[in-house]
Amino acid sequence: MSVIILLLIASISVAALFLAAFIWSVRNGQYDDEVAPAVRILFDDKPAASAADTIVPDKNIQP
Amino acid sequence: MSKLTTSPVTPQCYHCGEDCRGELLHAHDKDFCCTGCQMVYEILNKSGMCDYYSISRNPGTSRKIKMREDKFVFLDDAKIAASLIRFSGEQQSHVNFYIPQIHCSSCLWLLENLHRLDAGVLSSKVNFIRKETDIVFDHHKTSLRKVAELLTSIGYEPYISFSDMKPSVTRISKNKIYKLGVAGFCFANIMLMSFPEYLGIDAKEQHLVNLFRFANLFLSLPVFFYSASEFYISAWKSLRHRFLNIDAPIVLAIWVTFARSLYEVMSHTGGGYFDSMSGIVFFMLAGRVLQDKTYQQLSFERDYTSYFPIAVTRLKNEQPETAALPDIRLDDTLLIHNEELIPADGIITRGKALIDYSFVTGESLPVAKETGEIVYAGGKQTGANIEILVIREVTQSYLTQLWNRNTETGRRDEERSFVHLLSRYFTLILFSIAAATAAWWYLHNPSHVWNAVTAVLIVACPCALLLSNTFTNANILRRFGRNHLYLRNAQVIEDMANADCIVFDKTGTLTTGRYQDILYEGEPLQEHQVKAIGALAAQSGHPFSKAISNWAGHAGTKQTVSGFCETAGKGIEGIVNGDLIALGSASFVHKAPHAREGSEVYVSIEEEVKGRFIFRNHYRDEIPSLLKRLGKNYRLAVLSGDNAGEQFYLREVMGFDAVLLFNQQPSDKLEAIKNLQSQGKKVMMIGDGLNDAGALQQSDVGIAVSESNNNFTPASDAILAAGELARLDRFLQLAKANRKVVMAAFVISVLYNLAGIFFAVKGLLSPMIAAILMPCSSISILLVTYGLSNFYSYRARLQ
Repeated sequence: MSVIILLLIASISVAALFLAAFIWSVRNGQYDDEVAPAVRILFDDKPAASAADTIVPDKNIQP
Repeated sequence: MSKLTTSPVTPQCYHCGEDCRGELLHAHDKDFCCTGCQMVYEILNKSGMCDYYSISRNPGTSRKIKMREDKFVFLDDAKIAASLIRFSGEQQSHVNFYIPQIHCSSCLWLLENLHRLDAGVLSSKVNFIRKETDIVFDHHKTSLRKVAELLTSIGYEPYISFSDMKPSVTRISKNKIYKLGVAGFCFANIMLMSFPEYLGIDAKEQHLVNLFRFANLFLSLPVFFYSASEFYISAWKSLRHRFLNIDAPIVLAIWVTFARSLYEVMSHTGGGYFDSMSGIVFFMLAGRVLQDKTYQQLSFERDYTSYFPIAVTRLKNEQPETAALPDIRLDDTLLIHNEELIPADGIITRGKALIDYSFVTGESLPVAKETGEIVYAGGKQTGANIEILVIREVTQSYLTQLWNRNTETGRRDEERSFVHLLSRYFTLILFSIAAATAAWWYLHNPSHVWNAVTAVLIVACPCALLLSNTFTNANILRRFGRNHLYLRNAQVIEDMANADCIVFDKTGTLTTGRYQDILYEGEPLQEHQVKAIGALAAQSGHPFSKAISNWAGHAGTKQTVSGFCETAGKGIEGIVNGDLIALGSASFVHKAPHAREGSEVYVSIEEEVKGRFIFRNHYRDEIPSLLKRLGKNYRLAVLSGDNAGEQFYLREVMGFDAVLLFNQQPSDKLEAIKNLQSQGKKVMMIGDGLNDAGALQQSDVGIAVSESNNNFTPASDAILAAGELARLDRFLQLAKANRKVVMAAFVISVLYNLAGIFFAVKGLLSPMIAAILMPCSSISILLVTYGLSNFYSYRARLQ
């Protein structure tokens, strides 16, 4: 019946993975603003119209 | 009226959507109400960012009030800049601006595309709920001041106040949410691994039974040591204050359950109750998290520092320089510009002041002050620049003093909910039952004492009371929020229910600050005279002039006024169509002074007094009927900073036993509340301005009335949208229902427990049924509280 032990370990580690994902998402501030992300995704990215557009925003900013 | 129906629809400003009254600008095939709006459009048009206007209709805010060119000079000051910038590296600086104008998806889009307007801005991210923008900029290419000016030029002026200088505190603790997550994870897995035990596992698989038991024990450790620590901390805090709150018996039950389960697993006598323990911790934490989910975007804790500017202009040897607010010393000379707040008490040394104290007193009329007179901090200068000599430092000013005193007196006992009292009786009864059980078993069969006592303690945990309380509170808070009453925390619901005396501020609370009822008395005026008066009044920005200009209609605005002259605080005069017209106070229009000066404006044409305009505060809709309804069950009072002009009207509406006090200084209001409290009254104070701040804090429940969510409200227990004030009695009704719902749910849960004990004693309850019933009973209590509180809010006719 050692297969049960294996299954147990597998199921708990999958659940633990989800727990870790949950804690990460809270810490990351994904629930801080519930309005902006939903709106932001609808904006179309226009092709670069001016020189200013070529600047790539720094993505590594943590609030 | 015919004029109204035949005139075409007033064109709306393409930028801000306001009606273009008076001047109308037509450019780029679009209408604009002012040059400010047109300029924003042109800036965006130049960078090809007119998407701004296609995402939402008329997304801008009116730009009629022009900003001073050098308003943000203080951001060049290294010390001030350093206090605002949160992080500064070699290439980039991070700053967070509060921008109250953020209101739609266009705002979001524009603010996140700032880098297209200025290459120095590297990125920006909006937090819509908090109306904040995180901006990262390259400080070699641009500066903090330039970023602020860029924002201002497109209509999003950042609000920078003195409180931004202090290190920001973390807004909400996320610890509870982590604890909830961990408890949920452990609870679900323990449930899963308890099934073999409940369903009956083959006796031959004893090693597997032990495996599951130890796995459960292992999984319950994070719940016991981490998730449940929320209750340990709270119970320990209250015990240290010699107070037994509801968490104390809950902690006891958690410990007893854990100890007994540990014993059972170690002694191989049973599987323990790890599933029940982690389940109840999970549900109770969920209740707490829901109850504490208050309104991030609103601040209930504002003190004077959020109103005051971060820096002012100081004159040193006649040269203006920027000085941070804490650096202002006695005998400094400050230069106050138009629309700027006076930061410290001082004497006017140059210029004529017209000070708008609406912020402090709620009174909308500016007060005129001459050179040599004292002005108090908190007033806003309107008109030309003035210079003041500081006579009291910022921290010593009249307003600040008032505030500091309040923070000492305003300390509250957070734990006075009836739930704690109830749980104390509950605990007492519980202990006596446990003791009786122990005694009985000691006499009959001493080996059963341990089992019996722990069983009683586990079954009789007041967790159902806590569950019903937190979930009811959370639902009622949500209901209130949907009706635009935002409470600071759940305790306020009970305080509202307990209040038996309601005190109102008058100006700005019962009446609107903006609109005034206007009445003309005197010789009838001919149409051309009305137009001429309107044309003259339109020249001035004084609230009375605006009201008269509205009264006369905007037809007259095209007439030219020559020789216009405004005497601050007295009146205006000018020549329209060859007639000299004067509008102003009795003494200004050459008539004997009148008792009710201040709410009357006299008009004369060619030095002949024609009549007077009488202004009356405009009461909010349905306020009289609200006061009549409340008067039946509550003692009412009005504390007004105004004169007693409205006394008779209020007396008529509120009845004979209402307390009406006029000419109240902020400190008088505070004393009046204390006085009522010393008579044993639970006082609810409803006010709006900074002058009510002391009274709001002193009262048992302070509700700040706000015209819009962006407005700054003084520290209070709750914020109510001004338009909803008329429904106050319904809010109170729902607050009172709160206790009924909690009690009903509690009684149901006690019945559950009794039934459970009854069947358990008879041996009719299998462990599996018990394990399934436990979460089901918790969920049914949640449903009962949810349903009942919704029913009561429906009955109170709230959404």
